[in-house]
Amino acid sequence: MNAIKQLFGGNTRQFGMIFALIALVLFFQWRSGGLLLTPDNVINLMNGYSYILILAIGMVLVIIAGHIDLSVGSVAAFVGIVVALTMRDWGLPWYMGIVVGLVLGALIGAWQGFFVAYVGIPAFIVTLAGMLLFRGANQLFGKSLTIPVPEDFQFIGAGYLPEIGPNTGYNNLTLLLGFIAVAALIWGELRGRRKSLALGAGVKPLWVTVFKLVVLSGVILYVTYLFATGRPGTSFPMPGLILGVLVLVYGFISSRTTIGRHVYAVGGNRHAAALSGVKSKRTDFLVIMNMSVLAALAGMIFIARSNASGPSDGVGWELDAIAAVFIGGAAVTGGVGTVVGSMIGGLVMAILNNGLQLLGVGSDWTQIIKGLVLLAAVVFDVYNKSQGKPSFIGFMMKKLGGKDNPDLAVATPLKDTVKTEP
Amino acid sequence: MVSASPVILEMRSITKEFPGVKALAEVSITVRASEIHSICGENGAGKSTLMKVLSGVYPFGSYEGDIVFQNEVCQFKDIRASENAGIVIIHQELALIPELSITENIFLGNEPTRFGIINWTEARMRTLELMARVGLSEDPDTPVKEIGVGKQQLVEIAKALNKSVKLLILDEPTAALNESDSQHLLDLIRGLKAKGISCIMISHKLNEIEQVSDSITIIRDGKSIETLDVKADGVDEDRIIRGMVGRTLESRFPDHTPKIGEVFFEVKDWTVAHPQIPDRLVCKSSNFNVRRGEIVGFAGLMGAGRTELARSLFGRSYGNYISGQIIKDGQEITIRNVPQAIKHGIGYVTEDRKTLGLNLLDDIKTTTVSANLDAVSRHTVVDVNREYAVAEDYRKQLRTKAPSVDEGVSKLSGGNQQKVVLAKWMFTDPDILILDEPTRGIDVGAKYEIYGIIQALANQGKGVIVISSELPELLGISDRIYTIFEGAITGVLNKQQANQESLMKRMTSAAKTV
Repeated sequence: MNAIKQLFGGNTRQFGMIFALIALVLFFQWRSGGLLLTPDNVINLMNGYSYILILAIGMVLVIIAGHIDLSVGSVAAFVGIVVALTMRDWGLPWYMGIVVGLVLGALIGAWQGFFVAYVGIPAFIVTLAGMLLFRGANQLFGKSLTIPVPEDFQFIGAGYLPEIGPNTGYNNLTLLLGFIAVAALIWGELRGRRKSLALGAGVKPLWVTVFKLVVLSGVILYVTYLFATGRPGTSFPMPGLILGVLVLVYGFISSRTTIGRHVYAVGGNRHAAALSGVKSKRTDFLVIMNMSVLAALAGMIFIARSNASGPSDGVGWELDAIAAVFIGGAAVTGGVGTVVGSMIGGLVMAILNNGLQLLGVGSDWTQIIKGLVLLAAVVFDVYNKSQGKPSFIGFMMKKLGGKDNPDLAVATPLKDTVKTEP
Repeated sequence: MVSASPVILEMRSITKEFPGVKALAEVSITVRASEIHSICGENGAGKSTLMKVLSGVYPFGSYEGDIVFQNEVCQFKDIRASENAGIVIIHQELALIPELSITENIFLGNEPTRFGIINWTEARMRTLELMARVGLSEDPDTPVKEIGVGKQQLVEIAKALNKSVKLLILDEPTAALNESDSQHLLDLIRGLKAKGISCIMISHKLNEIEQVSDSITIIRDGKSIETLDVKADGVDEDRIIRGMVGRTLESRFPDHTPKIGEVFFEVKDWTVAHPQIPDRLVCKSSNFNVRRGEIVGFAGLMGAGRTELARSLFGRSYGNYISGQIIKDGQEITIRNVPQAIKHGIGYVTEDRKTLGLNLLDDIKTTTVSANLDAVSRHTVVDVNREYAVAEDYRKQLRTKAPSVDEGVSKLSGGNQQKVVLAKWMFTDPDILILDEPTRGIDVGAKYEIYGIIQALANQGKGVIVISSELPELLGISDRIYTIFEGAITGVLNKQQANQESLMKRMTSAAKTV
């Protein structure tokens, strides 16, 4: 059991969520009679949720820094309408439309970041104001109408990797992408292992590493297969590609760069960070600004996919993104969370949505279930903390009357309340 | 040894196990009626665990052994049960609600009601009575956030008295109090003793323990080592320390021959105003200097402006700068923020480790490099291997007790946390290091090691400023001591001239006697 924990690392909620995700996928695959894991459905899923996942990348940084951003849906909608209008009325080419959108996102972010970081207004208030402000601006500029976007712009939201090379019956580029991902995974893991050994730091047993690589490679190859065998003309979608690049970039920034460290430091203990020489205001500003830039990107992908920008785009996105982040293991008090965790949290929500839809469950029940899942995820975490952090599996095993594994029993007081077998 | 008064509490062979750790092994203590019984031990010896067992935080069944209170075997299932029996624990972190008044706090959860409506008149009357007993003369309607920590401590005791307490447990009651408040509190405990209330006290301040205790139980590594009768056994501080560490500490300070060079750091005419109240000066044209390789002490009562001086020098991280110069290596330097201070070779280790010094979510390695992240980064990318190597190096050098540098700092003891904080500042390679209460909440053994680190830093030619409330500590390690009173420096004494009396005199009067 300890080996399984080593396999995934991370905090307990994130760890638990991986299992939840696997369980959900298997459950829906079974109940829907195999409809979940079909090329078409997987491609749909990626198209339909990538913009929420992009928002979750920005949101997790905001939440790690100890803030919240409620304005992302409205910002996305406002940027969407402005981009649609400039392309229609000024005849801007699609790439200039994207530039306009990103610059506008940065400006909005700077506006909100200024109030949060330098005026010291809580982000909840600033972004609540922004939520109203930019929703209104969307409807004002667009006169509450739907504005179509040109066809070449639609590529970023509705495009796929093109068919090139010999006819293999698969989409060649998608396959290539999958192979590169597997190769990078293996290379990265082995390199990290070698470096740790060279430093004399502890490493996991070799079989754990091998097992992990085999499982993850298998998953990647299977998903690659699904994406590569879609209907003709479809393959790995553009929004998925953008998301993938962003996850890599932001995952790296958050864990390996000084600015990433500063975000965690500010969220973990603002005063201690400031007294260690971290420019906490600048960190706050950048995090809030970055969120709006990603919201602008998500807004553009959305209008590209739906071929038009409308007055009610992006309604409720902020809540989906926030839910993904918290399900993915972030702490309400800041300082804790990971980009990858948030992606897992977002996928849990996406699979729930999609799976329930496949089973013909209405939106009433879907929402109730999603609400309960969010609550359960956070309750589980808070309970863990109050009990001195047992591991997820250790907790489950005890409830099942399993034997105590001393490595798992991090929970000190929990042991007092749970009678162990003689 | 033989005491006439009957036994009120007996804890018999208490054993408490956490997975993998035996926190308490067959610990027994006996407390008599009307006595002050102190429990001494290093951090992590099991004092707090024992008190948690006694007060029902760890419920009956989670430990082995018996608690016999007033001749009855007790099986407390929670704190309420122990309180009903007459055992009240006052934690180091006070459990008062800052916005509520003294009356409301005292009667919180225990309000005198009639038909469900609180009878505030009665509550206020009883509060006045209780306040008189603890020697508190405030308006009972004052919110507790407006009275000082010392008085808040008294409110806690009043609250305990209201619950008809028979055995009062005080965990580090004077840790946050100044000299006179501490004295008042200790007098009060003695007064309660005379009225038949027994008291168990946990404290690191051995002089206080020696002063008020009737008997002392020493716990080491989860075992009760011995019980001393203070009067009969003629117990003094050295005797207690011997019991706590299990050997005689030859000296409480490592030997050190200072290698003092020329003056290289000077502060002139330093004047700083309170951050909220512009016309209140927290530093009044202070002048001082530090020589290479010198350990300079700063003595002052709590609130005298020691921390304010240090933090205003450290990148103006406190108060509003009004005037003054910092001269380093013969040149005036301007420092407007913390990053500039660090760049100019100034480091500051805060007195408040948990709220200002550490991100408790971090592990040892991230903390170690957090004030000098650029040194382990290339093009803003952190080299995690160098980070690990640096942290590991300091862990070995400072002998930080942790399984690895991946350990979370929240899991370390106070002394080891402080070593990590010191490592963090040593890694910035400061020329001048300001240590604010460097040994607060740290046990005797770890203190000795911290002193050794401070001396090693001075030997490298760095200037070290030590701010401390404990005069013996300042006298033990400083080469020179400045005294501060109400924001002004009132004197400076060399190691040879300084003693507790001469320092105290300058710490309590504005008269400039250099």
